[in-house]
Amino acid sequence: MKHLLTPMILAAIPLAMPALAQDQNTWSSVQRGLYLTRMGDCEACHTVEGGEWMAGGFGLPTPFGVIYSANLTPDEETGIGAWSADDFYRAMNEGISHDESRLYPAFPYTNFTVVTREDSDAIFAYLQTIEPVRNRIPEPEIPFPLDIRTSMRGWNLLFFDERDFEPAPEKSELWNRGKYIVEGLAHCSACHSPRNLLGAQQGGAASYTGGHAEGWYAPSLRDTGPHEGIGEWSDDDLAAFLKTGRNGRTAAIGPMAEVVQKSTQYLTDEDIAAIVAYIRDLPFDEPEIGDPEPLAESDGIMIAGGEIYATQCAACHGIEGEGVERMFGALAGSSLAQATDPTSLVHIILKGARSAVTDAYPTPHAMPAFDWKLTDEEVAQVATFVRNAFGNAAPAVNPGEVSEIRDEE
Amino acid sequence: MTTILPRREVLIVGFGWTGAIVAEQMTREGLDVIALERGLWRDTSTDYAVNNAQDEVRYRYRDELFEDLSRETLTFRNEGGQEALPMRMLGSFLPGTNVGGSGVHWNGQTWRFLPTDFQVRSHNIERYGEDAIPEDMTVQDWGVTYDELEPHYDTFDKLCGIAGKAGNLGGEIQDGGNPFEGPRSSEYPNPPMEMVAAPLRFADAARELGYQPFPGPSANMSQAYTNPLGVSLAPCSYCGFCEKYACGNYSKATSATTILPALMQRENFTLRTGAMVLRVETRDGQATGVTYVTTEGEEFFQPADMVFLCTYITHNVNLLMQSGIGEIYDPQTGEGQVGRNYAYQAMSGANVFYDQDFAVNPFVGAGALGQVIDEFNGDNFDHTGLGFIGGGYIAQWQTNGRPIEHHPVPSDTPTFGLGWKQAVRENYNHTIGVGAHGAVHSYRGNHLDLDPTYRDAYGRPLMRLTFDFKQNDIAMSNYLTDRVAEIARAMGGRRVDVSPLKTPYDITPYQTTHNTGGHIMGDSPSNSVTNKYNQSWDISNLFLMGAGNFPHNPGYNPTATVAALAYHSLAEIKRSYLQNPGPLVQA
Repeated sequence: MKHLLTPMILAAIPLAMPALAQDQNTWSSVQRGLYLTRMGDCEACHTVEGGEWMAGGFGLPTPFGVIYSANLTPDEETGIGAWSADDFYRAMNEGISHDESRLYPAFPYTNFTVVTREDSDAIFAYLQTIEPVRNRIPEPEIPFPLDIRTSMRGWNLLFFDERDFEPAPEKSELWNRGKYIVEGLAHCSACHSPRNLLGAQQGGAASYTGGHAEGWYAPSLRDTGPHEGIGEWSDDDLAAFLKTGRNGRTAAIGPMAEVVQKSTQYLTDEDIAAIVAYIRDLPFDEPEIGDPEPLAESDGIMIAGGEIYATQCAACHGIEGEGVERMFGALAGSSLAQATDPTSLVHIILKGARSAVTDAYPTPHAMPAFDWKLTDEEVAQVATFVRNAFGNAAPAVNPGEVSEIRDEE
Repeated sequence: MTTILPRREVLIVGFGWTGAIVAEQMTREGLDVIALERGLWRDTSTDYAVNNAQDEVRYRYRDELFEDLSRETLTFRNEGGQEALPMRMLGSFLPGTNVGGSGVHWNGQTWRFLPTDFQVRSHNIERYGEDAIPEDMTVQDWGVTYDELEPHYDTFDKLCGIAGKAGNLGGEIQDGGNPFEGPRSSEYPNPPMEMVAAPLRFADAARELGYQPFPGPSANMSQAYTNPLGVSLAPCSYCGFCEKYACGNYSKATSATTILPALMQRENFTLRTGAMVLRVETRDGQATGVTYVTTEGEEFFQPADMVFLCTYITHNVNLLMQSGIGEIYDPQTGEGQVGRNYAYQAMSGANVFYDQDFAVNPFVGAGALGQVIDEFNGDNFDHTGLGFIGGGYIAQWQTNGRPIEHHPVPSDTPTFGLGWKQAVRENYNHTIGVGAHGAVHSYRGNHLDLDPTYRDAYGRPLMRLTFDFKQNDIAMSNYLTDRVAEIARAMGGRRVDVSPLKTPYDITPYQTTHNTGGHIMGDSPSNSVTNKYNQSWDISNLFLMGAGNFPHNPGYNPTATVAALAYHSLAEIKRSYLQNPGPLVQA
């Protein structure tokens, strides 16, 4: 993949050669700041739908209460107009605000800590150019004692290492660039790593083995098993998914649709290649779970589920679960359908989903919601059916699981 | 009080097929474009989801996609001298409302007119003599030719992913297509749809009688398709909910499935829904903008440099009349152009009833799934001694088996009770309908003007429609119907019921939403409202899109020609008008 390396990418490899980054940077730092702002998917939290760009105020539901995103516009009073580049870097690097208060890790400083000073400055430079918007952000709705921001000191002590990016010298530059993006601005682990009871991402071998986000299951990015996550995807599948929101297997939906729409579709092909190089190299040392046995076709649940499938699903997903490439997801061989954790599958059936809208695929193909039409038992039946038909195999879904997902906000 | 809004470069009134085409082309030029739509925002995934789109009561019988006659309608009479009465229920035609307009609920039968259709007057006189056109038949040449429109037909075919088989590629006749069509510059972008029993049975019979059947051109997708705007459509599932319905599967070309996903991303485009345009404002021979009222009753003036009227044809004509633009046509004197040459479509057909051993499976259908012959359309056949001009296509379309609407029974069946139920049971799966889709030629007495008595919810006089089928329409339709009956009798059923054109024209039973004329195009302000680029002769920054431009209504469905005329107009606007605003044709 080395041929993909352009001088610009070499330049962007941080710390390894910071002087080069200054010299060979062909973008102005403001343009680069916009690029990096998108890489960080800052919009997802810092712009409310229909609201002013980067003016914050988005209520982030965390297990501990609602936290409102900051106003990043250069408004002096309510935004970051009074901040310096040093202040901004400290927030990114240490999770400490301009007024010395500690930020909650809903702001992923635990990832952004590896972002270089140059990149942080570029983002800051860009943010200072946008239209200042006066928008006072509400205080977080978090119970005592977590509402005292100094409590984050203890949390940080346990779960946060302020650190710089450490390149692995034995790996390629592309790989290192990928690691820098994935661990840092792209903060993939925020969704794709499991979290402990205190909301901290699990690191080490547990990182990127799958997590929950906004009522969806964010699958493992490691090669966990043949039916899971992206284990069976090719490099090109993954690159196309990140760049365009679709590939021959599936489309980005749910929170990942937003990530593709607002962030990864804007990344250069080289940065996409870097992300792919790094992710595809994530080791998985755990013993592989054996292939599950499919339920028998004669099973009552399969028969009931098959009837629902024929009347409700087959028009788009096909009689054989083949789907329509780049429009309606194929269910045959789908890792989402067969994921050990069926949360996303059930979520889609109940609440519907819209695929990412990108320049490459502007059509917002969507799955309609069936919560008004199918009971918990019926959803469990049809979910179980698609997990075990068309050559698929995965454990049955029970109505109780459906009920829990139905009741989520 | 009227609030005056900031000026825009391009203002579009009505956001159906042509509104979206204009917006897409003009935003691409970098112009600042706003569209005003009286209805609501609607798209496939949120409003026409596949798990609720197929609802006969909601859509067909409760008119969810159609215009609301309690706000505005028209009055109707068959001929001058009668008192016109308001159309209080939809019947004969079903204009749409909301984003996408009538194009949301079309069948998708996507035709090009014949080259001679555009020279209807001169061609028929040349071939059959001056007497071919009766004195009160007011047909005229269109001022545009098939060759001029061909590239734009081609654009629309590719935008929509039309499924079909070319019959004439650059002058070379092709096997399996329509040998009578004008030369095409390229093959259809998608292959024909999968045929089912009924159209195949029709095609076999037609072939035995010496005709050349071909698959009807279809805007229902025969396979997955991505158009030049990058917008993708999915293969049709043959569910039989096209006409009168929105497609939940992204399988029917509409503005929402072909243009809007790309257009709505463009920052130089604004769509304002719930905006009912009351009139076009003019000063010194130019349109200055439009006045519209919102659903909350607030009135706004939207100024603009260019105004495109893209509403349904009756509303385009009505807006001209309400705005005092041009002179309203008077059939007595022949003076005035606005409202002249209203035309419609002459529909007739036959049902072939089979015994139980031949199953049709009508629930496997699509709006443009069918086989067609074109031997009796336009001037494809010798009219010498027939006493009429023009014609229509004859087709078997297997559009649907929708249970409330579709229950063909023999004509002597009781209309209710046990006998009717038995007949429905016996015939539902064993009946094939064959139709003739005939032209209507314009006549002096068929026209639109303002009603002296009735007013709409905004206090404006209702538009008045005066229409009946005339001698040419009836003779032509009867001739077509005889051909339909011959084919029907060759289709091997146990019984054939023929339904000729019903006269006088009755506005209550559904026939077709192919109303045309009223602001027709032509080569001079003395015979038309718009020039060949659909630019108003009177007001050079006012453009009128749609079938209102048709000087008569040929024997095909109008949508592709509506679109081709729009692209033709926009091409000249881009080539000439934007650099040098003013009349594109000197009067």
